[in-house]
Amino acid sequence: MKFNKKRASALTALVASAALALSACGGSSDSGNGGGSGSDGKAVSVTFLPKNLGNPYFDTSDKGGKAAVEEFGGKFTEVGPQEASPDAQVPFINTAAQQGVGALVVSANDPKAIGDALNEARDAGTKVVTFDSDTDPQYRDLFINQASAEGIAKVQVKMIAEQIGDKGEIAILSAAANATNQNTWIDLMKKELAASHPDIKLVDTVYGNDDDQTSFDKTSALLQKYPNLKGIVSPTTVGIAAAARYVSDSDFKGKVKVTGLGTPNQMRDYVENGTVDAFALWNPEDLGFLAAYAAKALVDGDITGKEGDKFTAGKLGDYTVGKDGVVLLGDPFEFTKDNIGDFDF
Amino acid sequence: MTETLVAPSRKSSAQRFASTLLTSRESAIALVLILVVAFATIKQDKFLVSNDGWRDLLLAPSILLLLAVGQAVVIITRNVDLSVGSILALTAYLTGRLFVDQPNIPVVVVILIGILVGAALGLVNGLLVALGKVPALVITLGTLYVYRGVVLEWAGSNRINASDMPDGFLSLGTKSFLSIPLLTILAVVVLIAVGYYLRTARGGRELYAIGSDPDAAHLYGLKVKRRVIGAFVLCGALAGLAGVVFAARYGSVSSNAGTGIELQAVGAAVIGGVAIFGGSGTVWGAAIGAWLLITINRALPIIGVQDFWQQAVVGVLIIGAIVLDRLLAVRRSRKLIEARDEA
Repeated sequence: MKFNKKRASALTALVASAALALSACGGSSDSGNGGGSGSDGKAVSVTFLPKNLGNPYFDTSDKGGKAAVEEFGGKFTEVGPQEASPDAQVPFINTAAQQGVGALVVSANDPKAIGDALNEARDAGTKVVTFDSDTDPQYRDLFINQASAEGIAKVQVKMIAEQIGDKGEIAILSAAANATNQNTWIDLMKKELAASHPDIKLVDTVYGNDDDQTSFDKTSALLQKYPNLKGIVSPTTVGIAAAARYVSDSDFKGKVKVTGLGTPNQMRDYVENGTVDAFALWNPEDLGFLAAYAAKALVDGDITGKEGDKFTAGKLGDYTVGKDGVVLLGDPFEFTKDNIGDFDF
Repeated sequence: MTETLVAPSRKSSAQRFASTLLTSRESAIALVLILVVAFATIKQDKFLVSNDGWRDLLLAPSILLLLAVGQAVVIITRNVDLSVGSILALTAYLTGRLFVDQPNIPVVVVILIGILVGAALGLVNGLLVALGKVPALVITLGTLYVYRGVVLEWAGSNRINASDMPDGFLSLGTKSFLSIPLLTILAVVVLIAVGYYLRTARGGRELYAIGSDPDAAHLYGLKVKRRVIGAFVLCGALAGLAGVVFAARYGSVSSNAGTGIELQAVGAAVIGGVAIFGGSGTVWGAAIGAWLLITINRALPIIGVQDFWQQAVVGVLIIGAIVLDRLLAVRRSRKLIEARDEA
């Protein structure tokens, strides 16, 4: 996902607000404790701090967080910078620490830049949960991981197998040839194909460089080069949209299935016109929901964030903390014609 | 273009036409293009004879063709415009934004706005180059980043999706008339208009004069600044149009749209025989160069060349074109010297 565009204009606002926050922050390390982490039977206050406000992805995740907080009777707040620049979140973290909120749920713009601010907040008694995008482990109590590489690889193989009847030629349209995430997923997909789907043959992997135009042209080349192609899997949001766009107004529509990782807003047209049966991504709403419950469990002292800790997250069920304080949301979420209308991100 | 310069009067116009056709760079490039298409078709007949294959063959180059025509005009004046990729991104995102913010806006108005905004950005380039007397390479490298910065600031992580734009507009990107895609027709009309202007109009010939020797052109009394600014405005306007076309064809626009396409446009012009130091070449050549670049990229995977080697092939093509250019220039100057010594 690409949510980290650095922008200079945030700097002015940042400097101003940081100055305010710092000057107010002078002697707050003691009084912070006085404000207290609202754990002792009081309502748990949870502050969500996304990368930036006005981002539909985080609007969705914060909606899930709000629902969870309301469910367990806590107090929900959402704050955040206008722009997702590396240290724009610092003043908001400082403010939250001073207000003595119980827990801060953060999607980090930078793994290190906000580290000191987070640790100050933790010293003041605020629990820190990261979601979507992690900091280095020493700066937070828990990280809610949206999906594991295995889960992502598996769901893509499963979708394409279902769509082409578990038989035939498929190709992969990836991002850049050196994209670490995509290459990991592709390797795992190859293993999964070899292990459980012997009749599916992966004939080619091409690279669209996460560029609309290149991905589009690579799709066209794939379709011409492999006349028997049954499906294209694109584990990148740009690639899947470009492939779907090409297939949707070519003779291959309906004959060649396109699936992979995408966002509902990008893919809506192609799902509705029948080019794409299903595609996957995690559900940001569930991600926010789980993060809120994890925050509550930390504040209540049910868990401390060490490996093996268990907690319950409402309708999502039971979760166990893994290595390095990571909690895995679960398998990626499949978007289809039936549920795509419920999402806007 | 070579022999005829020495002895124009000895051949009939038909002979001259034939020899130009046989020896010109344009026909050499066109021949390479035909060979590429032929090879790919032998390997996989769908490359040419299927509906999608035929359409893509004509449609895929249309965006680069628009950019290459504009670029050729600028290069002919001994300048270069590296900012066209960023202008394309700006107008492509603007196109999407207009449809999002003004859902009922007519498509024609959007196209006109795209062209005008592109022309305005081109005017900025032209003014800086002509009035600031700074090399175009530096100025347009600067505006490449400035314009891209504007798109990044404006678009951020948002992207325009197909569902944001009306179907009538998106179908422009795929519809055909008599089995020729609309966008191709648009690009070819632009090509013919610009090509005709360069070949026959006084203003067009002056562009060549300026590119051959800017100082001489100035001393001769040509309005060098005005012509150069005009070339940049035209290039910007075509990049603006290409941005609108980009949105229609790809149906999704993000802030990194068209990154690097400026180099493809320069490459297309150079491959098509437009001398990088100005003063010679035609938009026809640039257009065929654009067509060749795109088609070769599409054909190489079908012929069986590995993904990673495809860019290298394009590089070889560009270097080959420049070497050929140099050889022809040396030969021409030798002939001219011989002709002078004989006289």
